Order: sequence, then structure tokens, then C-alpha cells
Amino acid sequence: MIAFIILAFVVASVFAYEQYLSSQKSVVVLATTTSTYDSGLLDYLMPKFESKYGVSVHIISVGTGQAIETAKRGDADLVLVHSKKLELEFTNSTYGIHRVGVMYNDFIIIGPTNDSAGINGLTNTTEAFKRIANKGAEGNAIFVSRADRSGTNMLELSIWIKLGMAPSNTTQAWYLEAGASMGTVLRMANEKGAYTLTDRATWLSFRSQLSRMAVLVQSDEQLLNPYAVILVNPEKYPRRNYKMAVALAKFMISEEGQNLIASFIKEGETLFTPIARNLELAKKLGFPDQEYELAWYDAQP
Amino acid sequence: MENSLLEALQRAFQPIFSLNQEVLNITLLSLRVSGTAVLIGALIGVPIGTVLGLRRFRGKQILIRFVDITLRSIVNTFMGLPPVVVGLAVYLLLTASGPLGPLGLLYTPTAMIITQLVMVVPIIIGITMSAVGSVEKAIREKALSLGATDRQAAWMVLKEARMGMLTAIIVAFGAAISEVGGIMITGGNIRWFTRTLTTAIVVEVELGNFALAISLGIILLSMSFAINVMLTIIQLRGAER
Repeated sequence: MIAFIILAFVVASVFAYEQYLSSQKSVVVLATTTSTYDSGLLDYLMPKFESKYGVSVHIISVGTGQAIETAKRGDADLVLVHSKKLELEFTNSTYGIHRVGVMYNDFIIIGPTNDSAGINGLTNTTEAFKRIANKGAEGNAIFVSRADRSGTNMLELSIWIKLGMAPSNTTQAWYLEAGASMGTVLRMANEKGAYTLTDRATWLSFRSQLSRMAVLVQSDEQLLNPYAVILVNPEKYPRRNYKMAVALAKFMISEEGQNLIASFIKEGETLFTPIARNLELAKKLGFPDQEYELAWYDAQP
Repeated sequence: MENSLLEALQRAFQPIFSLNQEVLNITLLSLRVSGTAVLIGALIGVPIGTVLGLRRFRGKQILIRFVDITLRSIVNTFMGLPPVVVGLAVYLLLTASGPLGPLGLLYTPTAMIITQLVMVVPIIIGITMSAVGSVEKAIREKALSLGATDRQAAWMVLKEARMGMLTAIIVAFGAAISEVGGIMITGGNIRWFTRTLTTAIVVEVELGNFALAISLGIILLSMSFAINVMLTIIQLRGAER
């Protein structure tokens, strides 16, 4: 029938057109976290790389856990994430290779300005969480969790574990499991006058929208937040753009990339501190193989 | 918040009238994805819907009746299929470690078109089927009694059902253009590449850029409105006859 022929023709031409469009530029897919993306750093950083190499960086922005899962399924070329536990699981599985430290910032606990749990000024996060839990049980405090296996979520959970707790909304009414990105959780906390753990970069980006919130706890070593970039193993997924993934990772840890990261300012503050070439700091932040990996990357064409 | 809402509304119209580059890119992508899906969907769905709607295939034999009822039930079920579920299914098909992985279609506009196509075809089949069926009831007997052959009667039915088919296509487009969950999963909401009006609104709300989100919402609503105007005109024309 005529309709069938027309249909076949239309489908074929649509497919051909789409393929033509996507072959115009080489594509590299970076799976990263919402906190990195929402801060605006990548929209600042990527154009320089894209124009230098004539490539398109496609950014999938989800939580750390999800970003790594995406890469494991072969739907991304590299990841930029921040959870040592999940990162090491990724590299141990051999799906991820050449983990290298790129930058860090820190986490902070924010909460309502009236601070019912009385944690303002503490530098011990575990103690702060304990007070929030106690006040929460009394019905005088709420905590909003990312609950999405993001880097932020993983750190938060690790602190509850130190208190021997694994809170969930079913047993603790004061613990809200949002399953959402950092920006959404920040606004949720603001609406409810609740406490939450956030990275400083997202806090600074959203601060103007969060009229009821203030920084209450910071400067705890537990709250350091290093970011790593990990390549997807080309032996597992040979059809991916490994060459450009290496180039992008190299760019991020290069002097140029690191300077760009240091120059990214919002609300008058630098959001991320570069660490790639600072071996001592990198080791301290959980990258014992930094020197080796840097040498490897520098040796790549 | 009250101040910023008003401010946001005021600032919302700016990107539209200044033809902001990104807004243009987003709008064109929405039209391209939904338009293509509906075009292909119509080529598939209208013939199938017509065939299912014509009385011929409602024979008196039990087997034919059974097949007929099953097919109709399937169409009706798929018409109500949640788009986000379609997105999930298409994602599992297109993921690199999935059956169609080697095609490398995930996180591309093609994946979004496929998602919307699956969503749209049942809608077009269902409405066409219903339109052809009801026209057929009204016309077939009269045509036959005036001396038309079976073929000629069927052709007359199709001509009369033109408006119904058009309705099916317009309704399908309306559903596609406002869809968000499925295409977010299969498209990845990548800036400049797979971000449509609906998925862009999600991102801008998340970032707190309410003015931009409202602009996009206004564009989307305008399209919805235009679609409804078209539908209404068709229905009024149909009623006049």
C-alpha cells in the first residue's frame, strides 16, 4: 500500500537526518552530579574544551551513584563524581579506570535561622547530627536527606552510621527522604525550616533563594568533599569515545583547567579548589595514586 | 517569594520577544521531536485505526469477534499507557548494555522521537478507530441502500471520517508536546541537544530560574491553546454538517 511506502520513506529520511546531525560533531558524554552541574561550573568550563577540540560535551546530571551506574551500563564516556566509597567500587569493578582527583570543596550543615537543635558554631558534624536527631524525636526539628545515592547522600549516611543510626521516614518522622537534586532539597529545606547537608558550592549558588536558612556547621575534616574524574574502560565498551574522554579528563587536570576551576566565582566566593597538581593535598583527600595517574594522563597523546 | 513571583512574571516575557537563542533551540527541538513522532505515528496509526474501525472486520464469526475485541482492548490499554513507563522501556532497549545498545541511540533526539512514537501510535489508532466506526454506522447503510458497492461505501466512510482522523493527529500532538517523563529518561535533558520545552522547565525550576521557566511555560501553553482552537474549529465544522 502507498501509505506503507510513504511511511518507510519518512522513517528512513528522519533516521538519516538525525544521524547526519549527530555526525556533525564528535560527542563525549560526561555523567556527573547535580551538585557539580547546578553550581554552574561545567557551563563555565566546558565551552573552552569544546572550542579547543571541536567536540560537543553532553552532560548527564544525576546523583553520583546514578552517574556511576550510567557509566557502568556504557551510556557515558567518563564520570565526574564525589563519593570515595562508590568511586572505589567503580574502579574495583574494572568498569572505571584511572581515577584522579580534580578539585574539592566542603560540605556544610544548613538549617533554620532559629536553630531549634542548637548546632550553630559546632565543628563536629557527628555531634550536630546527634542533636538534630534528638530534637527531631521531640518533634522540634526536621532533616531533609537527598536519599538518592548521591555523593552528598553517601556522606550524610556515613555520619548517621557513626551514631549507630540508619534513619528512614518510616521510623523517624522528622527524617524526610527527598530523592531529589541538591537544589530541590535546599528549597525544600527552606520551605520547611529544616536542616540539611549540602556542598558549599550549591549553597552559594542558591543562597539568594533561601531566606530562612543559614550556615550552622562547617570546617570539620569529615566534611571535606573531593571530586574525582574516572574514565569508562574501553575494553568493556569499545564503541564509546575513549579518546575524547581522555582528552576531557586531561583538560580538567591540566594547568589551564585547574586555573579555570580556581577562577570560577559566584557570589564573590570561589566554589571549588583545584587539587590535581597538589600531590600532598590530593593524597590527604583520598587519592594515594595521584602521582601515578597524573603521569599516566600526561603520557597520553 | 511574592515579590519574586511578580518579578518573575514581568521578566518572563523578555526571552520570548527577544528570541533568546536557547529558548529558540528548545522550542524548535520540541516541535521537531513531537512533530516527527506524530507524522510517523499518523502514517502507522491512521491505516490501522481505519482497518479496525470498518465494520467489515466485525464479522459474525466468533473467531473474528474474539480477535476484534482483543485488538480493541489492547489499543485502549496502550492509549492509557503512562509516558514515563514508555520511557523506561525504551531506555532499557537502547542502553549500551541492552539489546539495541550498539545503535548508540540513547540520549539523542532519535530516542525521544521513538519514545513519543510509541506513546502516540495507540492514541491515533484509538481515536481514528472510534471516528471511523461511528461515521461508518451513520453512513454505510444509507450508501448501500442507494446502490453503492461495498468498496464505494467504504471509501465514502473514509472520506467522511477525515475530520476524525485529523482530530486523532491533533490530540496526539497535544499529548506529545506536553510530555516530559519519558523523554527525560531517554533523552537525558542535555543542554542544547535533548532539552525540550517541558524538560527545560524541569531544569529551570530546579535551578530556581522561575522567570525562564515561566517563559517556557507560556510558549507551551500557547501551543496547547493553538491546538485546542484547531480542534474546536474542526468539531464545529463537523457539527454544522
